[in-house]
Amino acid sequence: MPTLTLASARSPFRDEFAEELAIRPLHSGDIHASFQFRTVWGVDLLQATDPRFLRYAILPREIVCTENLTPWKKLLPCGSKAGLAVLLKSEKLFHSSYFSQAVHIRPVCQGMHCTVPSWEMRQTLNVVFDLYTSGQGKREWSMFKIKIYVDVTDSPQGELFELSPPTPLLSQAVVLGDRRTYSVYDLTDPGTFGKVRSLNLLVRWKADNGDMLRPLLHGERYVAGFGLQTGEIHTLIYNNHPYRAFPVLLLETVPWYLRLYIHTLTVTSKNRENKPSYIHYQPSKDRLRPHLLEMLVQLPPNSVTEVTVQFERALLKWTEYPPDPNHGFYVGSSVLSALVPSLVAMDTNITQEHPLFSSFFLCKEESSYFMRVYTEPLLVNLPTPDFSMPYNVICLTCTVVAVGYGSFYNLLTRTFQVEEPSQSLAKRLANVIRRWRGVPQL
Amino acid sequence: MGLLSDPNRRRALTNLLTRLNTPICVLCYLAGVAWFMGLAFEPFTLRTYMSENAMGSTMVEERFPAGERALVTAREFGAHKRKSGAMPVDWLVKTMQSRGLEVYTQSFSRRLPFPDENKERYMVRGTNVYGILRAPRAPRTEALVLSAPCSPDNSNNQAVGLLLGLAQYFRSQIYWAKDIIFLVNEHDLIGMQAWLEAYHHTNITGMDWAPLHGRGGSIQAALSLELSSDVVTSLDLVLEGLNGQLPNLDLANLFYTFCQKQDILCTIQEKLQRSDWDSVSGYSQAVQTMALMVLKQASGRPWGDHGLFLRYHIESATIRGINSFRQYKTDTTTVGRLLEGMFRKLNNLLERLHQSYFFYLLPSLSRFVSIGYYMPAFGFLAVILLLRALDLWVQLGALPSVTEDGVGSRALPLQSSSPSLVSILTPVVISHLTGAALYTLPVLSQELAVQHFPVSETEAVVLTAIAIYTAGLALPHNTHRYSSIAKQGWRVLKLVAVLYLAVLLSCTALINFSLGFILALTLVPVAAFVTPHVPKVLSAVVMVLLAPGCTLLYCVFAFQELQEAPVSLIDGWMLFLSVISQGMLDHALYGSLVYPLLALFIYPCWLILWNILFWK
Repeated sequence: MPTLTLASARSPFRDEFAEELAIRPLHSGDIHASFQFRTVWGVDLLQATDPRFLRYAILPREIVCTENLTPWKKLLPCGSKAGLAVLLKSEKLFHSSYFSQAVHIRPVCQGMHCTVPSWEMRQTLNVVFDLYTSGQGKREWSMFKIKIYVDVTDSPQGELFELSPPTPLLSQAVVLGDRRTYSVYDLTDPGTFGKVRSLNLLVRWKADNGDMLRPLLHGERYVAGFGLQTGEIHTLIYNNHPYRAFPVLLLETVPWYLRLYIHTLTVTSKNRENKPSYIHYQPSKDRLRPHLLEMLVQLPPNSVTEVTVQFERALLKWTEYPPDPNHGFYVGSSVLSALVPSLVAMDTNITQEHPLFSSFFLCKEESSYFMRVYTEPLLVNLPTPDFSMPYNVICLTCTVVAVGYGSFYNLLTRTFQVEEPSQSLAKRLANVIRRWRGVPQL
Repeated sequence: MGLLSDPNRRRALTNLLTRLNTPICVLCYLAGVAWFMGLAFEPFTLRTYMSENAMGSTMVEERFPAGERALVTAREFGAHKRKSGAMPVDWLVKTMQSRGLEVYTQSFSRRLPFPDENKERYMVRGTNVYGILRAPRAPRTEALVLSAPCSPDNSNNQAVGLLLGLAQYFRSQIYWAKDIIFLVNEHDLIGMQAWLEAYHHTNITGMDWAPLHGRGGSIQAALSLELSSDVVTSLDLVLEGLNGQLPNLDLANLFYTFCQKQDILCTIQEKLQRSDWDSVSGYSQAVQTMALMVLKQASGRPWGDHGLFLRYHIESATIRGINSFRQYKTDTTTVGRLLEGMFRKLNNLLERLHQSYFFYLLPSLSRFVSIGYYMPAFGFLAVILLLRALDLWVQLGALPSVTEDGVGSRALPLQSSSPSLVSILTPVVISHLTGAALYTLPVLSQELAVQHFPVSETEAVVLTAIAIYTAGLALPHNTHRYSSIAKQGWRVLKLVAVLYLAVLLSCTALINFSLGFILALTLVPVAAFVTPHVPKVLSAVVMVLLAPGCTLLYCVFAFQELQEAPVSLIDGWMLFLSVISQGMLDHALYGSLVYPLLALFIYPCWLILWNILFWK
């Protein structure tokens, strides 16, 4: 492990570490906090990625919890001893309504010519603090002693909410294709603290609950049908962009015990069939590998695209059931990957604030951005035997076999013969003598 | 098993069975009825117990404080409902949103096959409103449902109020592991059917519904709440669902446990449990409770909004608040605490409720009769049919050839009866065609009937059904000439009819014991005694009295009697007519199978027996 240094003492093109926290007050009154940690070190770990070694795996049953947070925090250069990581107290983080943590590792270039090979590890942690459970229904919140970006895009003049103390420092960034404005509280600058050497950040809401904003691309998934024989997986993909169509890559992995009927695969949007431009399907092998279905679907603007495929539930061997078979079996989430058109490009008001020419030279990074959406996992019930039954079944089957089958078999295989009346003793004696002599018997 | 392969011993056995056939049959019938009556006797039944580990040992604490506020919400809801004249959808959406739920609406419409006079509806249009409380940090894989029907009259406001109050309280708790869906459904069962079909994206009954936009994964359990007064004296648990399906017994146990814990008076079939089981009145109370359950289950209709969940393998029950003249009162906070406790225990579930019984009868809330105990009652009745079939088979075999030595005569009875096998086809086919007519014509011909007779559509449908049913009785006279070929043809016909009935009743009893048992009580004696040689007029009267139609009439009277609301003959008759129309509506709207079973199978089977009586 190469030595890591803090951002303050960075050496260019060598190892470096950076961290930030972005806070966004949501319209519903909830608060979204996004922690970002970036570690870069200049070391040549692996030259190229061989696609043959790429693997994709999901554990749909596992839920992220404290035991995942602790090793995650240990990946940070100072653990949870310094920096923003001090804030990551698990008892607070897990009293939230949404929690996600991620580790991304990728090779990056430093410098113009990519001469210095280096690797970047990004650790992100997103939390949505619930207005109702953490704030007792109050929408105001405040914070103490941290370094923050507060998203004020929705309220540039303080119409919706007000920040106190106000900060003159504003920063603009394009996040997920949306140009957002942030008030920055830089803790490295002593001026931020003022005289009291502490910062008490406060958001005071002025307007009432706003409408919920729907993202441009999102998906949902459910199992249709009832009974334990067949079913149908429905995947709904929403494109909420008012006029741009864009393609989305849908990746589904379905365990082998749901036998997909690929001939029933339908893709419809706006009540019309939407033929995918590319389908890759790798059938499952029992107990070895799952179904893999990959599709490139064009999403029409402002539409819901529905992908349905029917399946049959397999009957497992009795040792293959988990200890809680009646809980159901998980099917991992499907992954939607897309280049989503940017909201900035969608903004028709752009001429008011910016010079006219800026709309002619839309820079490429702003016109679309990459987004990956995971749908919810599914819980599917498979036909499950009653596991307390084997004893009863064994008893019953044995009885049926012994009594029913045995006698039936006896009846079927018995040959009926006309029985001769028993011979007298004299005749039998005579026959013995005749056999001995070799003459025909009486 | 040398018994059957040895011709001598086999003959001895069959001789014994044919000689003593009638006494054995009578004994079996009496044993069946006696066994059934014995089921309600407390020493013979088992005490209920919680089988599910996740619900049994875990401790939950109920702290729901806001009963009074729920009543205020209920009054507000009532006012808005009166003002708009229907369900106040916008108000509900706003209220649920302000309680922090994710709210969605669903509209649906349904045209009934014929007007429902009980509920006065024909074209039904409505909207369901539901809010989802998302479990924090959980994937949306599991959900629980709390529903309250919004009825057009002024009742059930308190249920909606309590539902909203509970939603507010549940929202601020952090322990939820499953999403909780709060559903207010309009037009009771029709709205529920629309919502469930949309949730599972199926269309069984041809209803128009808008697709749902929010879901919560697979539903694990559901409770439906009906409260019409600010204070209740007792809570009644309704379990009987569509086609006689019952939820897992653990759900009933859970309700009973929390009633005990909260000190709430709880009933089943609106009958209080008595502690003096050894007295006559105590025993008769248990019998009445169980008989009511049997009658309700046999009707195959959902007796509360929960009944439709059971098709989707979702354990569900309806909790109904009763306000009678008893002294004992329970306020809304306590009812809220009961529901809170039940939901917290259901929230703890790791698996679907499956540990306890799915087939049971309840003589009281604390005692149950499992399938292993009640099936013999039906078995005794069913074995009569098999004994009669054996008797007939032996008679058929003995008739043509006197010599019988196991192998040789096997082919003979078949040969001799082969012409009659063809001849019995005619009555069988004609009976089933009558059944098919009874199934299809009433609804199809309602317009024709309304044009020619001064009756409403509903009356037209019911009266057409009764007319076709009665006309079926005239059939035997038409089939006489076919049957003149074989003198003994009736034996073959009866053998077929008896075996047919045995298969029908056994299959029915496996799915819905109550229906099978009630039908067996009346049809088995008919099937056992009928021959062409019994006195015609007397037997005809007995047969008509034991026909499926009359069974239904008796059930109506018995049900009213057991509910302590006896009716006069005229009222009973009107009730009988409405029950027929309700049965048809249940079939068309929710897919209840009792009407098609009776029309397409049981009635034709009875007609075949009727045919035998008039055989020449």
